[in-house]
Formats: sequence, structure tokens, C-alpha cells
Amino acid sequence: MDFHLSKEQEMVRKMYREFAENEVKPLAEEIDEEERFPMETVEKMGKLGMMGIYFPKEYGGAGGDVLSYAMCVEELAKVCGTTAVIVSAHTSLCCAPIFENGTEEQKMKYLPDLLSGKKIGAFGLTEPNAGTDASGQQTTAVLEGDHYVLNGSKCFITNGTVAETFVIFAMTDKSLGNHGISAFIVEKSFPGFSVGKHEKKMGIRGSSTCDLIFEDCIVPKENLLGKEGQGFKIAMQTLDGGRLGIAAQALGLGEGAVNEAVKYTQERVQFKKRLSQFQNTQFQLADMHTRMQAAQYLVYAAAVKKQNHEPYGMDSAMAKLFAAEAANDVTRRAVQLFGGYGYTREYPVERMMRDAKITEIYEGTSEVQRMVISRALGVK
Amino acid sequence: MKIIVCVKQVPDTSGKVAVNPDGTLNRASMATITNPDDLNAVEAALVLKEQTGAEVIVISMGPPPAEGMLREIMARGADRAVLVSGREFGGSDTYATSQILAAAINKIGVEKEDIVMCGRQAIDGDTAQVGPQIAEKLGLPQVSYAAEIKKDGDTLTIKRVLEDGYMTVKVKTPCLITCIKELNEPRYMSVGGVFECHSKPYEVFDYNTLKDDPLIDPSTIGLKGSPTNIFKSFTPPQKGVGMMLEGADKATCEKLAGILAAKHLI
Repeated sequence: MDFHLSKEQEMVRKMYREFAENEVKPLAEEIDEEERFPMETVEKMGKLGMMGIYFPKEYGGAGGDVLSYAMCVEELAKVCGTTAVIVSAHTSLCCAPIFENGTEEQKMKYLPDLLSGKKIGAFGLTEPNAGTDASGQQTTAVLEGDHYVLNGSKCFITNGTVAETFVIFAMTDKSLGNHGISAFIVEKSFPGFSVGKHEKKMGIRGSSTCDLIFEDCIVPKENLLGKEGQGFKIAMQTLDGGRLGIAAQALGLGEGAVNEAVKYTQERVQFKKRLSQFQNTQFQLADMHTRMQAAQYLVYAAAVKKQNHEPYGMDSAMAKLFAAEAANDVTRRAVQLFGGYGYTREYPVERMMRDAKITEIYEGTSEVQRMVISRALGVK
Repeated sequence: MKIIVCVKQVPDTSGKVAVNPDGTLNRASMATITNPDDLNAVEAALVLKEQTGAEVIVISMGPPPAEGMLREIMARGADRAVLVSGREFGGSDTYATSQILAAAINKIGVEKEDIVMCGRQAIDGDTAQVGPQIAEKLGLPQVSYAAEIKKDGDTLTIKRVLEDGYMTVKVKTPCLITCIKELNEPRYMSVGGVFECHSKPYEVFDYNTLKDDPLIDPSTIGLKGSPTNIFKSFTPPQKGVGMMLEGADKATCEKLAGILAAKHLI
């Protein structure tokens, strides 16, 4: 097994690091404090190809690979969980399903603006009564001549207030259950579409999370993504990729916390010793780094499998489960090593701990990941 | 139209500076970066490329690992790269280096519309000699310390930053410009650029490639062709934090005079 990155992957990681350090880190505290979406960063990332990393150039993508995408989310999350999830949700949840399921016309119409970052993408599956149980969709889509009419609402939509292109799921035939769900490409400007309340959150506070409302929303027939009834399959397939992005976000958050703790414990002096000279500190940091390194192997392995078009659903579920739980453990331990200062907003570790929590919840809770993994094992 | 940009891989002096017993830099033990001023020259070339469609060729003299730096500059947008590399060139000082680079630039060819660009100076030697020497050896007009470049046809209007003010000069192509950091903010590599840079044209010019150029003579290249003797290498002492006084009123002036007087400067 080859654990070495290619020249391109090494080079692109260097570029992400420089970008994260110079452009993202300086804003991280402010956008968290003010709950402000960092639009200026998205514009810069768009110009550098970071909003369409692993998609072909013919659609306006950067022509990179899936691992380079995962590394981008990882490097961003080391300094800012918010910026990482903006890229992840845009890429995995909107660009990917259009690229993987769209017709040539749909791809040519929507991907160039999305992949260049001119437009931000989002994904609408979750509803107030259809969270982990995504099959309980209550949003409906009725075909009327040359268009569908959508009615219902979605909640907790990442990038919701800033996105212009959405992949939305709705019931076209309730009698068929999961097989009656269909996917649509919805533009912000479609009549009957509106954005509802913005959620105030514990972490990733600079990211936009809101309700979407469909009131007799007119969606042209040609915006059906895939075929009628394929929506649930598209959603699950999309979430396999989404989990990879969130796993990379969790990975970066944990690694970022280790970096901060290594630095701080070598500076802080108590009992006339640097904290790093205490064996407890050394053991804590060793455990923290080991957990994140293990998480990195899981995330990278899942990314390489996706790149090679191998089945990777279980791999991305394991990566997300492990990385999210490791990130929560590691960021909590980092706060503990910082002591009272770690609990203040003077240092970034409390933000990392708040940001990490959501990685155990969104795009499938840790419990859902365990369901996915055990089902893949054939356990019933 | 071509823009040839000279770049140098230098030790990262933001970390620890390692010096050999003979006073020269211990380059092997230090991380390397692209010389910062050279990146301003690259950026200026890429901006001109966007305006005019010029081809940007990046050239460096150094050991084979400098290829990584040249690929990175192609990932920023340069079209092709040339590495000038050979044992015969080792140990060159600024005189010999500019001799060799001038020969390499001759090999690429400088035509009427072309521009050669360099950073003002490298952070390892701090001499600012190579750019001007290349211009002399190529017989090109040179404009150093460029902080602003405007192109109109074959005329460049360049604002130079000098210690005591600005100077604006006009120059016709072909010419050589040395660039300072005030000129621009170098762009990052792009993701697409990274995945393309290994398939862009990359050439190595060794001694045999250049030996027929009149500038290349065993007595003018390498250690033997270098008249410089290094007396001592050192890290310049860090300057203390400066003090800024706000305002242009009498009280501020008096305060300033008081501070200077207290330091026996006036």
C-alpha cells in the first residue's frame, strides 16, 4: 500500500496551507464572533479552483482528485471549521450530485458557475420531521405540464442563505415511499422559493444554516435530477461523498487543536516548568496526535477509493464516525491542556471544540454511521 | 511577446540561519523558498500576460531540486520553465551567475517586444547585483526598483522607489526590470495550475547547452570565474520596534523634537 502523496498532492497541500494561514486564519475568530459568512474568502477560493477541485476542466473544475479535495477541507478546518464546511457542502452536496447524476445539458448549465465559485451550492434533504429518517419527506413535487410544483420546507440547510443553486428532494409519489422521492435542481430565483430563518448555532457560526420554503415553487421539468423516484438513491449516494468531506473537516479540527496545544504547552510555565515538560502533557499530546493520525488514514483511504470508483460508502462512514469522535475528544483535551485560558475566546481551542460537535451530528449522526457500517457487515 | 523571469531558490531565513565554518551559508540544512522579490517579478509578468497574452518563461540557476520551485511557479501561471544547472556553474558569485543567466536568456532569445524581469535582490546574498549585471551583459536598458509598471505598446512606464522618493521612467522593450515587494501581492498557486504544471514544458540547460555562447568561458563561470571572496555571513540584527507619532500639529512636532533630543540625535 502506497502511503505517499503524489507531487501534485504535496504541492496543492502546500498551497492550501499558505492560503489557510494567510487568508482564512486571520478571519476565523471574527466570523465566529459575528456569525458572518466569509464571502470574501469564497471569492478567493473560487479563483484558485478550490470550489471545484476534483471535477473535470471541461465543466470548469480544477481537474484535481478526491484526495486533494479532502486535504483542502482538512487544511481549512485546521484553522477555521466554518470555511471548511462551506467548501464541503458546496462540493460534496451540490456539485457532486449534479456532476454524477445530471444530464449533459444540466452539467453544462450549472457546473461552470458552481465549480468556479461564482455561485454557491447547497443541498436540501432534511425537514423538520425528516432528519435521520430522511425517508419521511413531506415536501411534494407535482408535475403540471412542463414544470413541477414544489410545496413544503427544508431545515438546517448549510450555505442556505448564500447559495444560488440547490439540489432539493421532494415526494413525487407518496405511495411508493423511498421510491417516490425525486431530486431537483432549484435556482434561488425560481418563483415560490424563499429562504427562512437563520439558525443561531453552537459552532461553525460563520456558516449559513437556514430553512428553505417552497410555496407553489415552479421548477422546470428539465430540472429533474436523475429520473423520478431516484431521489432517495441520489441522496444516499451524495451523503457517502458528503461524509467524506465532514470526516476531513473533523480531521482538520482535531489536527488544528493538536497544533495549538503543542505550541501552547511549550510556552506556558507553571511550577517553574513548561507544561510540555510534564509527563501528563506529553502523554495527552501523544494520544491526541495518534488518534488524529489514525483518522487521517481512514479519511485518505476513503478518498482514494472514491477516486478509483470503488465502493466507499462504508469507508466514508467509518472515516466520519472515527474522525468526528476523535475530533471531539481531541479538541476537549486541548481545552483542558490550556486550562482557564482554553475556556476563553482569547485562544482558538474553545472554538474548535464547539465546531467539532456538529461533525458527530450532521450528514448522518455517529449513530447513523454505525448503522451504515454494521449493515455493510451484513449484521441485521 | 515573451517575458523571461529570473528566480532563485533561497534558504528560508525566517527560520534558523545555518552558517558553515568558512562563513558561507549551509544551504543543505535549511528549508528553501522562492526568493520573495522574485515572486513579485513573477506576479508582474503574470499580470502583463493577462493584459497582453505574453508567454511567461521562468528561469533559474541552481541544483536539480530547484525543479520543484519552477513547477510551483508554473502552477501560479507561468507557461514554461528553464533550469540552468551543471557542476561547471557551481560556486558562482553574482558576476559569474549573471554571465551564465545572460547566456541562457540569449539561448531562449530576446526579441524586440520581450521583457526580462528579476526580483530586486535575493534574501540570502542581499546584493541586488544579478539583475543589473544581466542587463549589462545582454545590452538591455534596465529599470531597477520597480513599484509600478504600465505598458502601452512597446513603452513601459515604471515608477521606481528610491530611498528618498519616487522616480518615473519610460523605457522601450526589450528591457530588464527589477521588482520590489511594493509592486504587487503575489498570487497563490491554483488547484488547476498544480495539476497542470507537470505537463508544461520544462528544460534543463547544462554547460553543453550554453558552452558556445561567447559569455561562457571557464574563466568567467563557476568558482574560478568568481572574483568575490566571502569574508563573513551573518544574520542582520533585528531592528527594534519603531515608534509612530500621529498628527501634524505643533504639539506633535514638539514631542518628536523632545524624543530626538533625549536620544541626542538633534
